[in-house]
Amino acid sequence: MKAFARLLDRLVYTPGRNAKLRLLGDYFRTVPDPDRGWALAALTDGLPFSFPVRRTIMSLMERRLDAELFRLSRDYVGDTAETVALVWQSSRTEDGAAPRLADVIATLELIDRNQLEPQLEAWLDQLNATERWALLKLLTGALRVGVSARLAKLGLAQAFDRNVDDIEEVWHGVSPPYAPLFAWLEGTAAQPDISGAPVFRPLMLANPLEDGDWDQLNVDDFLIEWKWDGIRVQVAATGDDARLYSRTGDDIGRSFPELLESFRFNAVLDGELLVVRDGEVAPFNDLQQRLNRKAVSRKMLDSYPAAVRLYDVLMLDGDDLRERPTGERRQILLDWYARTAPPRTDVSDVLTVSDKASLRELWSNTRGIGIEGLMLKRRSSPYLAGRPKGHWFKWKRAPLTLDCVLMYAQRGSGRRSSYYSDFTFGAWRPGENGEPELVPVGKAYSGFTDEELLELDRWVRAHTVDRYGPVRAVAPELVVEVAFDAVQPSPRHKSGVAMRFPRIHRIRWDKPAHEADHLTALVQLIAINASMNQ
Amino acid sequence: MNTPAPAPIDPDNFETWLYPDRHGLYCVPGDFHIDPHTSVRRAVVTHGHADHARPGHGAVLATPETIAIMTVRMGSDCAGQLQTVQYGEQTQIGDVSVTLAPAGHILGSAQVVVDYAGRRAVVSGDYKRQADPTCAPYEVVPCDLFVTEATFGLPVFHHERPEAEVEKLLRSLADFPERSHLVGVYGLGKCQRLIRLIRAAGYDRPIWLHGALNALCTFYVSQGIALGDLRLASDAENKLAGELVLCPPSALQDRWSRRLQDPVTVFASGWMRVRGRARQRGVELPLVVSDHADWPELIATIVDTGAREIWVTHGREDALVHQLGLMGLRGRALRLVGREEESA
Repeated sequence: MKAFARLLDRLVYTPGRNAKLRLLGDYFRTVPDPDRGWALAALTDGLPFSFPVRRTIMSLMERRLDAELFRLSRDYVGDTAETVALVWQSSRTEDGAAPRLADVIATLELIDRNQLEPQLEAWLDQLNATERWALLKLLTGALRVGVSARLAKLGLAQAFDRNVDDIEEVWHGVSPPYAPLFAWLEGTAAQPDISGAPVFRPLMLANPLEDGDWDQLNVDDFLIEWKWDGIRVQVAATGDDARLYSRTGDDIGRSFPELLESFRFNAVLDGELLVVRDGEVAPFNDLQQRLNRKAVSRKMLDSYPAAVRLYDVLMLDGDDLRERPTGERRQILLDWYARTAPPRTDVSDVLTVSDKASLRELWSNTRGIGIEGLMLKRRSSPYLAGRPKGHWFKWKRAPLTLDCVLMYAQRGSGRRSSYYSDFTFGAWRPGENGEPELVPVGKAYSGFTDEELLELDRWVRAHTVDRYGPVRAVAPELVVEVAFDAVQPSPRHKSGVAMRFPRIHRIRWDKPAHEADHLTALVQLIAINASMNQ
Repeated sequence: MNTPAPAPIDPDNFETWLYPDRHGLYCVPGDFHIDPHTSVRRAVVTHGHADHARPGHGAVLATPETIAIMTVRMGSDCAGQLQTVQYGEQTQIGDVSVTLAPAGHILGSAQVVVDYAGRRAVVSGDYKRQADPTCAPYEVVPCDLFVTEATFGLPVFHHERPEAEVEKLLRSLADFPERSHLVGVYGLGKCQRLIRLIRAAGYDRPIWLHGALNALCTFYVSQGIALGDLRLASDAENKLAGELVLCPPSALQDRWSRRLQDPVTVFASGWMRVRGRARQRGVELPLVVSDHADWPELIATIVDTGAREIWVTHGREDALVHQLGLMGLRGRALRLVGREEESA
């Protein structure tokens, strides 16, 4: 537990991504099997158990500490598990032996529920405060140390100087504690064999279309498709087994049993997960109802029918097609689909565009017809893992913009911890006394350059009118042009609206605050959206 | 006026001759205050931290080190009259005899031992029991009434071995040699203790200081406490990548720190035991190093003094008073004005 606890303890306080990767890498390189494999499991797909720790530790505490002292401590710390970790009087001496992570896991895998309390007590006695905290986190099954599964795999790749996509490629063919995976990474064994298993293949991602790309663009070189507002998924099926993976390789099939049932083919396909009713794509919000559900009711299946709109094929009947050009794979996909047409799937259309002028026109109309934008895929590109430059482009519809007034600022974290870089801005509305007042409509942390950040930071410090803890209220004098992708009604916000992906597009040093936009302008945008989705 | 109406003094009833008034803790038969927070005619000062040692008193009695610290911080005219007494030296003030005993908190820190009519009260000021190479160790003084602090008066506070905490810091320096390590410390006591601990761990490179820490470090060195190669961060010719830099807590996250190379923010304080407190301050590497007694030390010290009556000042009084009840001792929360969470 020692090294594992130290790792979690450092990770939880470390804001920087590179520093986190370094800590993870050092851990994976220096800690032996099988401990490091269990740690990897805890940081990625999770451990095969979780326990109702709260009740167990409360029952333990009752015997160990006066209830009033525990209550006062709990009130101060704010977290029950951490409080227990801190108040526990351990009998361990400085160099005493602590149980190994692998031993803890082995015991937990077999433990009888009514043995949990005495076992936990014995462990807590053998651990120091940080280790006790790590153990309790482990038992709950959710570490919450600011590390995504992807970041953990990146750390692993970095530790052994490998490409993370090579790890993703074998990931679903190996299981905790991953001894064959580590052996391969260390060069003492061959790559784990994943042939015949429905494993995740790293996705090919698109880059945003920049001005320079546009200038060089020749429409005949590209397949052009609508950009769908769903979730990118990969279907991996072997005929008798099927999986549905998210873009990052998380297995999300459990929430979509009707899809898995339909996938009786042997192929790896790329597509968009959507809710489709009578051939019409439902709003993204409908799809959200289906995500992250462990059990799916009949009613759910009927009200929110899921489908996959296919746009690429990576493997077919055991053949790896990823080296073939995009245009050729498209034809293979169409031929295969014509033969098989699995239920709950269709194929994304390719749009016919004769020249750049009509391409731009098509793009300009996307917002009007409720489409997110366009995808441009170079016909000659192989299927390359990651986000390679110059192959696939996404061309999102132009953002909406609104002139808002800066209201509050807060310092960022990590590298930005000395800068006021998190901004809350507002729009005008009529106040109670008839005078216009500002109401907050959103928060933004990005969109500005480093130089602009310096200027904003200086401005905030010079125009602070009040402080609430870490938050500074500023004089309502600076206008920022906020760009956002969409706006939705939201009863949770004081303004009644919520922006999707707001960022600071421009700082309007020149514009007087009273000329900034009114809340009604945002509300009207909701109305326009709603009528489009009818 | 908050001063209670003068009651007849009963030596057995401490509350009749030692009680808090609007200036601080007042000793009636000696006519002086202990660590008053506003100016008074006569003050006994336990140690040099700003919430205990204030300027403007008519007369101040303290250890030579505390007097010297007050002079460094507030100038030689910080009180009408400055009187030094050594640890263990008895002084008669009015009807009481006053002795100062080492408190182990910082250089010069003292407990105030007040003997009156055969009864003894000890006002401990701030104290700790952990070893500290920059000051004299705490001395147990048996007494009838013990006035204790309770800065860390909750069972969650167990300070780690300071050597292990310093090891964490040096390990991080080795792990991230391309980043500056910026350590927030209180300028008086914690700063110098931490430097000594770092030196004892074998680190002999220069340690860089924020300007606000310089004067007191120079003073400690003049008192014979060697701190090694110290330099001013403002004199550095580069961004101090891979170097140790010490600053007051307030400079940790402000513009001052921008001169450093992607700094790892470190904070050495007893509060760092609790994750929420560390995160609140945006600390990347919390070090639990404190100059105050932790929960087990508070309880052990109370037991060691043999006192039957315990008064609990600044901090989390509720839990400690509750604990005293469980131990069959008479505990009372003494709410003094003007105490802050400095130097924890």
